[in-house]
Amino acid sequence: MAAADAPVVVIAGARKTYATGTQALAPVDLAVRRGEFLTLLGPSGCGKTTLLNLMAGLLTPDAGTLRWWGGGFDATGGPGRRLAMVFQSPTLMPWARVDANVRLPLDLAHVPRPAADGDVASALDLVGLGRFARHFPRELSGGMQMRASIARALVTAPDLLLMDEPFGALDEFTRQRLDTELLALWDARGFTVVFVTHSIVEAVFLSTRVAVMGARPGRIVDELAIDAPYPRSDDFRMSPEFAAHCRRLSEQVAAVGAQA
Amino acid sequence: MTRSGEPAGNRAMRIAAPALVAVIALAAWQGLVAAYDIPPYLVPSPLAVLRTLVADRVLLLDSLGVTLGIALTALAISIVLGVLVALVFVQSRWIEMSLFPYAVLLQVTPIVAIAPLIIIWVKDTRIALVACAVVVAIFPIISNTTLGLRSVDPGLLSLFRMCQATRWQVLRRLRVPGALPYFFGGLRISSGLALIGAVVAEFVAGTGGQGAGLAYQILLAGIQLNIPRLFAALVLITLSGVILFAATVWASTAALSRWHESEITPES
Repeated sequence: MAAADAPVVVIAGARKTYATGTQALAPVDLAVRRGEFLTLLGPSGCGKTTLLNLMAGLLTPDAGTLRWWGGGFDATGGPGRRLAMVFQSPTLMPWARVDANVRLPLDLAHVPRPAADGDVASALDLVGLGRFARHFPRELSGGMQMRASIARALVTAPDLLLMDEPFGALDEFTRQRLDTELLALWDARGFTVVFVTHSIVEAVFLSTRVAVMGARPGRIVDELAIDAPYPRSDDFRMSPEFAAHCRRLSEQVAAVGAQA
Repeated sequence: MTRSGEPAGNRAMRIAAPALVAVIALAAWQGLVAAYDIPPYLVPSPLAVLRTLVADRVLLLDSLGVTLGIALTALAISIVLGVLVALVFVQSRWIEMSLFPYAVLLQVTPIVAIAPLIIIWVKDTRIALVACAVVVAIFPIISNTTLGLRSVDPGLLSLFRMCQATRWQVLRRLRVPGALPYFFGGLRISSGLALIGAVVAEFVAGTGGQGAGLAYQILLAGIQLNIPRLFAALVLITLSGVILFAATVWASTAALSRWHESEITPES
């Protein structure tokens, strides 16, 4: 067992070039610390999704290494080393009811039905969808579908939650509410989050740390710690401190854009 | 909302409008035949067709049973075989690349041209007729189901991979349910084709006697200039085709109504 403060994921010199010749990721070094809320911020095409997919084990780097909890990807999945991912779209199975969708990761792992049903019910309650368990995805609004998707990720009680612009397609009001709810969950359950977004405001509101990425090739150009205390409320959004963080990140992103 | 949520007036019109067209057309037909005194061996009046239908019901219904038996057997075989072939196709691109052209070959070969061969090769006529109908009906099932099994939400596929799902789990929980709308689309086409295949094969085989199907009755009635019976047989084939189609639509609605866009009527 690794030490309690050992990083969750360590990326060393990871590089990724797609078959089309696009260099998605220049060598990247990054350590995800236990319990932090790390946001990868950058414009489209800066490789943030590629980096996240590497952490999810959906892609393998052309060069460099990734370590999860000090081991290979095979080491993930066990107690204390669970991974889950929330995608850009809800990616729910349209033919299955909300509860069956949320139960999917448990079903795939052959968790017995009674135990699974209990976990599903509490995951749905956690995202406020308890009353909608027997609905079909198309009967839910976009925001509710995203909550179902988050419930599906939480149902396995993950230790590392990877989120790929999960609220990017939602309206501003829904997005702010889900941001707040996500922070509350993160605060209460103590998992580690790696969150991808191209919204500076969202990055500042959520994160303990922001990694700014630049494009062509994708790389990390700066890191910024957001040391405001949690729980963060709407007052935080209005504070001068918040504005200062946003300005600093805006300048960073603009500087990166000017080079490209 | 589902169909039942549709306004009642709308639903009534769905049946009333085409029925009205039918009544007008039949009345015009009856009127024209009477007005110009057209002999029944050229164009029988709708009433004459109806009288024949009633008078020859034993003969015609027997033949209908034979033809429907062949068509339904062929449809059942097409479904089972077609889905199996599609499942084999999606196992690997190589298998599909190697074999799909032959499935196309099956589709583009005119059944009239190869039916005599099949009938010569296969001793039992009934089996030969079923084989002909299968050749005609199976392609839409193969091609649609293959497309459906391949059309998987990439996000969901990633999720399954992250959960370290087995090939079997991906097939059963993701590919098969996702392919259902495509399968039913193919089934709608195949149901009509199975009937057409059965009739065409009967025409070519020209089997008479006890196990004679509707096509044989049409053939014979034509030779005997018993045109009202020819029309009566035609009406039965057409009706069966419509009922078969309606049955597949019903099955499709029953399977997909809760979740698939194709079965959802827009909310008004």
